[in-house]
Amino acid sequence: MAVRALTDRSRYWLLILPALAAMLIFYIWPLVQIFAISFTEPTTGFGNYVDLVSSRPIRTSFVITFRIAAITTIGCLVLGYIVAYTIYNTSVRFVGLMMALVLLPFWLSVLVRSFAWIVLLGRRGVVNDALMSIGLIDQPLPLMHNEFGVLVAMIHVMLPFAVLPIMANMKGIDPSYVAAARGLGASEFTAFRQVYFPQTMPGVFSATLLVFVLSLGFYITPALLGGGRVLMISEYITYQIQEFLKWGLGTALSVALLVATAAVILAAARFVNLRKTLLERG
Amino acid sequence: MPHKSLFQISMQTGAWLVIAFLVLPMLVVIPVSLTDHSYISLPTDGLSLQHYENYFTNPKWIEATWSSLVIGLSVAAIATVLGTAFSVGCWFLSDFWANVARWLLITPILVPPVVQSLGFYRFWVQLGLIDSMSGVILAHTLLALPYVTISVFAALANLDRRIPQAARSLGASVWTTVISVVVPAAKPGIIAGAIFAFIVSFDEIVGVLFITVRRVQTLPKLIWQGIQESIDPTIAAVATILTIITITIMIVASFRRES
Repeated sequence: MAVRALTDRSRYWLLILPALAAMLIFYIWPLVQIFAISFTEPTTGFGNYVDLVSSRPIRTSFVITFRIAAITTIGCLVLGYIVAYTIYNTSVRFVGLMMALVLLPFWLSVLVRSFAWIVLLGRRGVVNDALMSIGLIDQPLPLMHNEFGVLVAMIHVMLPFAVLPIMANMKGIDPSYVAAARGLGASEFTAFRQVYFPQTMPGVFSATLLVFVLSLGFYITPALLGGGRVLMISEYITYQIQEFLKWGLGTALSVALLVATAAVILAAARFVNLRKTLLERG
Repeated sequence: MPHKSLFQISMQTGAWLVIAFLVLPMLVVIPVSLTDHSYISLPTDGLSLQHYENYFTNPKWIEATWSSLVIGLSVAAIATVLGTAFSVGCWFLSDFWANVARWLLITPILVPPVVQSLGFYRFWVQLGLIDSMSGVILAHTLLALPYVTISVFAALANLDRRIPQAARSLGASVWTTVISVVVPAAKPGIIAGAIFAFIVSFDEIVGVLFITVRRVQTLPKLIWQGIQESIDPTIAAVATILTIITITIMIVASFRRES
C-alpha cells in the first residue's frame, strides 16, 4: 500500500514537473541573473546601489512612480466601486449591457487603448481641436506628455482590475443585512455607510493591491502618454539600458522595483486575502 | 416602476458616466481610421478607406499579423497543455509543496514587465534565441502559464474529490483517471485558459521589444513603432479592426452563454 501511494505521488509530480521546470529554468533563473548582474557590472560590489541611493533623478523617479500608482489606485477604486455598486444594488436598466461594457476594455489591447488616448489628448488631438474650433481656447491645452495624461490613461487601463474583485465580493453579500438596518429605521445612506460598505472592504482591499502592484511596474501607458517627461521606474530602467548600456544600474533599479513590489504585497497580506486575490481569482 | 432615491439616482448616473469614460475614448479610433489625410486626424473633406487598403496590401503589416497569430496559437497550445497538467497534478496532491509550486507559477503576473524582459534578454542571448520565433513563443508561454493554471484550478474547485477516487478504486490507472475524469471536469477552465493564453501573447509588447530585432515583427511591435513615429493612420485602421473583432467575440460569447 505504501509503495503504491508513493508511486501515485510521483506520477502527480510528473504532471507538475514540465511547467514547473520551464518556469524555474527560463523565468526564475534569468531573474536570479538580473540580481547577480546588479552586483557584478561594471565592477563587483555595491557600487550600483550606492549610485541608486545617492542619485536625485532616481529618487524623483521613485516618487513619481509611487505617486502615479497611488492616484491611479484611488481613481480606479472610486470609479470601480460606483459601477459595481450600481450593478448589484440598484434596479438600473440595461444591467447586462453595463456589465459587458465595463469588462470590454479588459479584452482590448492596452496598446490600442493607449493609442486612442494619444489621438484624443495630443497637442493637435481631437479634444484640443474641438475646444479650439468652438472658440473655448485659442492655445492647445497640454493634455499629455505630463502626469495628467498618464493618469487619465492609467485609470482607464487599470479600471477593470479594480472592478472585477469588487464585483466578485459584492456578488456574495447577503442583502438581508441592509434590509434589516433599513427596517430598524436607518436611512438609505446610513445603511450603506455603516452596514453595506464595511462588508465590501475585502473586495476593495483586493482591488487596491492588484491595481497598485500592476501600476508600480507599468511601462506601456506611461511611456506612450508621458512622452519621456514622466519617467516612472520601468521607463527609467529601459533608458539606462537602451540609451546608456548601463546594465549594472538598470538591473539594480530592477531589483529595487522588485523589492518595492514584494514589500507592498507583504504589507498588504495583513489586510488582504492574498490567496483569493492572486491565486484563486476567477 | 419603484420610486428611486436620490442616492440610487446619483450612483446610477455616476456609473453610466464611468462607462462612457471607459468606452467612448476607444471609439475615437474609428473616425480617425477613415480620415482622408495621410496623418493622424479626423476626416475633413470626406471619408477614405486608403488606410485599410494599406493595412491589407502592405506586406509588412500582413507578415506581422501572421507572426502574431502563429506565436499566439503556439503559445495557447503549449501553455494550455503544460498548465493543465500542472494544475491537475497540484489538485491531486494539494499539499504544502504543490501550493509552493502554484505560487511560483503565478510570479509572472507580479513581476514588472520590464524587469522580466531584461532577464529574458540576457538569458536568450546565452541560448541564441534572440530575434527568433521560438524565443518569443517560449517567453510568451511563461507569461501565459499563470492565467492557464488559475483558470484550470478555478474549474477544478467544483470537482468532488470522491469522483476520481471512485474511478481509482474501480481499477482505473492514474492516467486513465486524469484523461477521462479530471480533464473533462476542467474543460471550461481549460478553454478559458487557452483563450487567455492567446490574448496574453497576441497583446504582449515589452518582452518582444527586448528579445527581437528585425527578423521577428509582431503586430503590437509595428503598432508601437508606428505610435513612436506618430504619422501613419494605418495604426488607427488596425486599432479599429482589433476593436471590432473584440466586440464581436464578446457579443457572440454573451449570446452563447445565454442560450
